Amino acid sequence: MNNAAVKGTAGSVKLDQVKKIRSKRWETPVTGYLFLSPWLIGFLLLTLGPMVMSLYYSFTDYSLLAAPNWVGFDNYKQIFTDDDVFPKSLKITITFVLLTVPLRLMFALFIAMLLNRKMKGMSFYRTMVYFPSLIGTSIAVSILWKNIFSRNGFINDFLGIFGIKGPAWIADPKYALGTLIILMVWQFGSSMIIFLAGLKQIPTDLYEASSVDGAGKFRQFISVTLPMLSPIILFNAVQTMINTFQMFTQAFVITNGGPVKSTFVYVMYLYEEAFTKFHMGYASALAWILLVLIGLFAAVLFGTSRYWVFYENQGGKK
Amino acid sequence: MKTARLYNRFFNHISLLVISLIMMYPIFWWVGASLKTNEEMSSANLFPKVPHWANFSDGWVSTPNFTFTHFYLNTFELVAGILFTSVLACSLVAFAFARLDFPLRNVWFAIMLVTLMLPTQVTVVPQYVMFSKWGWINTYLPFYIPHLLAGGIGGPFFIYLLVQFMRSVPKELDEAAKIDGCSWFGIYWRIMLPLVKPALVTVGIYCFLWNWDDFFGQMLYINSIDHYTINLALKLFIDSQGSVPWGQLLAMSLCSIVPSVVIFFLAQRHFVEGMSAGALKG
Repeated sequence: MNNAAVKGTAGSVKLDQVKKIRSKRWETPVTGYLFLSPWLIGFLLLTLGPMVMSLYYSFTDYSLLAAPNWVGFDNYKQIFTDDDVFPKSLKITITFVLLTVPLRLMFALFIAMLLNRKMKGMSFYRTMVYFPSLIGTSIAVSILWKNIFSRNGFINDFLGIFGIKGPAWIADPKYALGTLIILMVWQFGSSMIIFLAGLKQIPTDLYEASSVDGAGKFRQFISVTLPMLSPIILFNAVQTMINTFQMFTQAFVITNGGPVKSTFVYVMYLYEEAFTKFHMGYASALAWILLVLIGLFAAVLFGTSRYWVFYENQGGKK
Repeated sequence: MKTARLYNRFFNHISLLVISLIMMYPIFWWVGASLKTNEEMSSANLFPKVPHWANFSDGWVSTPNFTFTHFYLNTFELVAGILFTSVLACSLVAFAFARLDFPLRNVWFAIMLVTLMLPTQVTVVPQYVMFSKWGWINTYLPFYIPHLLAGGIGGPFFIYLLVQFMRSVPKELDEAAKIDGCSWFGIYWRIMLPLVKPALVTVGIYCFLWNWDDFFGQMLYINSIDHYTINLALKLFIDSQGSVPWGQLLAMSLCSIVPSVVIFFLAQRHFVEGMSAGALKG
C-alpha cells in the first residue's frame, strides 16, 4: 500500500514533467513555421510566384519595355507552326540528351565498377577520374575545350601522329555537337560517385552465391549488379537528363550556338529570345514547353521503371 | 588461382592508370599550354621548351583599368555572401523538417523535393523582371536574397542533405535539452548545429563550387566591369580580343579554378560522402 503510494507520487512527478514539456507543444506549429519561413517565403516569392507569372507571360506579348497584352495561345501557335528555329533547336537538344545521358551513365558505371575493388590506390584513381567533373560548368573548362578542339588544337595534332587529318571540330557543323557531348561525357564524376556508393551496398554474398551456381563475371553483372543497382541507375538517369536539357554555358562559350546553328540548344534559344530580344512572353512559352518536355522524359523513365527497376523489399523475397 | 588473381589485379591497375591518364590529359595539356607562346600552341608537346611565365603576368593585367585581383576579390565577396546566407537558411529550414512538428510539414517537404527537379528556365524570366524592377541589377542581391531564402543554386538540395543528416541525430538529445528548459532555437543552435558540422561543411563545399562555377546568373545580373566576377572577366577576355591570345587566356582560366581545386583536395572525404548521401539515404 505504502509502496504503491510512493510509486504513485513518483509517477505523477514524472507526469507533471511530461505535461510541462507537452504544454510547450502549443508553440511548435508556430516555431515550426518560424524555422520554415526562409524557405516558405522563398518558395512563394521566388518559385511559385514566378512560375505563375511565367505561365501568364506565355499568353502575352510582354517585352519588358511595354506592359503585357493578352494574346491567348498566339505564342504557342507561333512556336509550333511558324518558327524555323524551334524545331531545329529542339531536335539538337533531344539528340544531345539522347546521346549524352546513356554514354555518360555507361562510362560512370564502367569506371565505378573498376574502382569498386579493395586494392591500394583506389582513392588516388578516384580523385584523378573525378577531377574533370570538379571544374564542371565553369567557363574555364569551356575555354580549354575551345582550345583543344580548335583546328590546330591538340586533338588534331594527336590525330596527325597517326596520319589522320582531323576535322575542324567546333568549326564544323557535323562535329560541333559531338565535341560538346564529349565534354559532358568526360565529366561523368558525380554519377560515378553515386554508382560507386551503390555498388558498395550490394551484399557480397549475392556474388558468392551466384559464383557457386557457376555464374561468370558477365552473368553476375547482368543478374546481380544491374538489378541491384537499378534504382540508382534510375536516379542518375533522371538527374543527368534534367541537367543535360539545361546545358547552356558550354554551348554559349565554346560554339556560341554555331556553326550554322548546329549547337543552338534549346536553352540558348530561350536565352536569346528573353535577354537579347526581350521577347519575355515568347521566351516564357518556350520555358513551359521545356518543362513539359522534361516532364515527359521523366515520366517515361519513371513509367517504364517498374519493368526494369528492381526494389529489394518488393520483389526480392519470392 | 593465385597467379590468376595477381594477373587480375595487375590488369585492373593498368586499366585504371590508363583511364586516369586519359581523363587527366586535357588538364595536363591545359597547364602546359598556359606556359606556351601563341606560336607554340599548336605543337603536340605537352610542355614548352622554355616556360613562358609572362602569360600569367600579362594575362593578370590584360583588362584595361582592372586587374584580375579585382575580379578575384569580387568573386570572393559574392561567394562568401552566398555561403553565409545559404548555410544559415538551409540549416534552419532543415531543422524544421527534421525535428519540428507542424501542420502540412510533409506536404511542404514533398513540394521542396519537387523544386529540386524544376528547371530554372521556368522562373528565370519573371525573376529577372522582378529584380530589375527592384533595382537589383548590377548588384549581388539577386544572389544573396534567394540564398537567404534557402533557394538559389543548390538550395533545396542542401536542405534535403541536411534533413537526412539531422534525422540521424538521436532525438534523446533534444528531449534532454527540452527538460533543461532549452528553447527550440537553443536546440538548433547549441545541439544540432555542432552535431551536424560535417554535413554543414559538405553543404558549404558544394555551395562554394557551384556558385563559383555559375556563369548564367552572373552574366544575367552583373553588367558593369567593376562588379565583374572571374567568369565574366574571362568571357570579356575572349570577346574583346581580335585574335585570341590563347596562352594568357588559358593561364587566367587556370587561375580561376585554383580555389575549387584547393577546396577539393582539402575536403575530399566530405565531398564523396555528401554526394552519396544525397542519392542513397533517401
